[in-house]
Amino acid sequence: MADSTFLDSTELVLNMGPQHPSTHGVLRVILKLDGERVRGTECVIGYLHRGVEKIAENRTYQMFAPYVDRMDYVASVSNGLGYCLAIEKLLNVEAPPRAQVARVILTELNRIASHLIWLGTHALDIGAITPLFYVFREREEILNIYENYCGARLTTHAFRIGGLQYELYDGFEEQVKAFCDMFLPKVDEYEELLTGNRIWIERLKGVGILNGEECKQYGVTGPMLRAAGVKWDLRKAQPYSGYEQYDFEIPTCENGDTFDRYIVRMQEMRQSVRIIRQAVEKIPAGPIMGKVPKVIKPPVGEAYVSIEAPKGELGYFVASDGTTQPYRVRVRPPSFINLQSLDRMCRGALIADVVAIIGTIDIVLGEVDR
Amino acid sequence: MRKLLRKIFLVDLMQGLRVTFRNQSPKCIVTEQYPQERPKVAERYRGAPRLNTNPDNGETLCISCNLCAVACPEHLIVVTSVRNEQTKRKDLTTFTYDLSRCMFCGLCEDACPVDALELTQDFELASYTREGAIWDRQMLEDGPKPARYKF
Repeated sequence: MADSTFLDSTELVLNMGPQHPSTHGVLRVILKLDGERVRGTECVIGYLHRGVEKIAENRTYQMFAPYVDRMDYVASVSNGLGYCLAIEKLLNVEAPPRAQVARVILTELNRIASHLIWLGTHALDIGAITPLFYVFREREEILNIYENYCGARLTTHAFRIGGLQYELYDGFEEQVKAFCDMFLPKVDEYEELLTGNRIWIERLKGVGILNGEECKQYGVTGPMLRAAGVKWDLRKAQPYSGYEQYDFEIPTCENGDTFDRYIVRMQEMRQSVRIIRQAVEKIPAGPIMGKVPKVIKPPVGEAYVSIEAPKGELGYFVASDGTTQPYRVRVRPPSFINLQSLDRMCRGALIADVVAIIGTIDIVLGEVDR
Repeated sequence: MRKLLRKIFLVDLMQGLRVTFRNQSPKCIVTEQYPQERPKVAERYRGAPRLNTNPDNGETLCISCNLCAVACPEHLIVVTSVRNEQTKRKDLTTFTYDLSRCMFCGLCEDACPVDALELTQDFELASYTREGAIWDRQMLEDGPKPARYKF
């Protein structure tokens, strides 16, 4: 203290969270500050740890399916799809075509719902309150479709191993089509509110840059990777559930900053609508449940399946020891791995940008901590 | 020059404000006044459990097969029964359902072979005590009776 003068820069350690509204849950970030500049960050996670992977080891295969919804709770249908595909790979069965098309529709609706939540909360962090109300209004329509289909709105448990439990209800196609028609003008409305807005641009352009090479080093996937110019989408790269039949594009940008991630996600919502429109037109008739025994006892072995969840690559690794309960279930959550790039993006940024950067990663703490 | 003018006259901000004001119209109101108007939930809604009885004679449909208790991931259903020597069947004595641990996944409903256990459209399940969330057979057959307030 004796040597330091008034203008000396000493490192200040500041706790952000776990009770901070902009960390989107219970994330604690320890910021090392030099004035307004961030010199380093350290994430403390685990406040929402429930031991989901351990729970799987003493539940049967069907029993564990509702738990995966509770990891990424804003994209519960995608989680369910990943888990069911992994078990189906173990059992060497495939869902019937009608179930596959229905799965595509429901997961793409889920992608839109997840991106809407991201848009609303991200804009709220930056200071734009209005989009939050609009996105929840549109998300309500998606949740209504889920409620009509399977009886739950958020933690849906929509898919079962081998297909679907519930037959599509009467008027499903009409409701989905009506949603598509209603939704596209609303995306334009969000863009009208935000894209040209000078405050939005000033806050996002050039903030949290992560180029393609760094993304690959960190294992970052999903819209963050595509915003850095890497054209990588598992729906195209290794199609599952019949995604090869649909005609859609992978939106990419070059800069890899927060603004580009916003553009990529907005475009992805439009592409999702495009996929849904194609899928709704060709729902085949037939059974919705494949030939799966009542007691699921997969042969000894392992299976890894990864799907393109709204937040990135969501992988399920399941090891079976031939009993009715899995020997090990390991989840590769996109949020957890994307969160590791936070330190790289925050270094040298201003304190206010940390909020924007956490928002742009699109984390769900239920999935980070599991 | 045009860029400067757009900047001075706040064109981009006005554009956003236009959207905001367009959404002010009374047609865009989506808020529900909850206790006054109750939401109409979907037909397949997974809410409070119910143990169905035969409408003709009031006897329970449950055959005490215990499949729901086996299917439940949280093991929150307890079924007890006694063997009836005359009919050679099991008669249901108690049926306990712990709603405080239920996650409404619907697996018990799927497992039931006789459609006795069913998740209904009732969604108002609050109670003043923790014990109030543990439902016995009587409660499961009658269903919840939430208070209806008058306005």
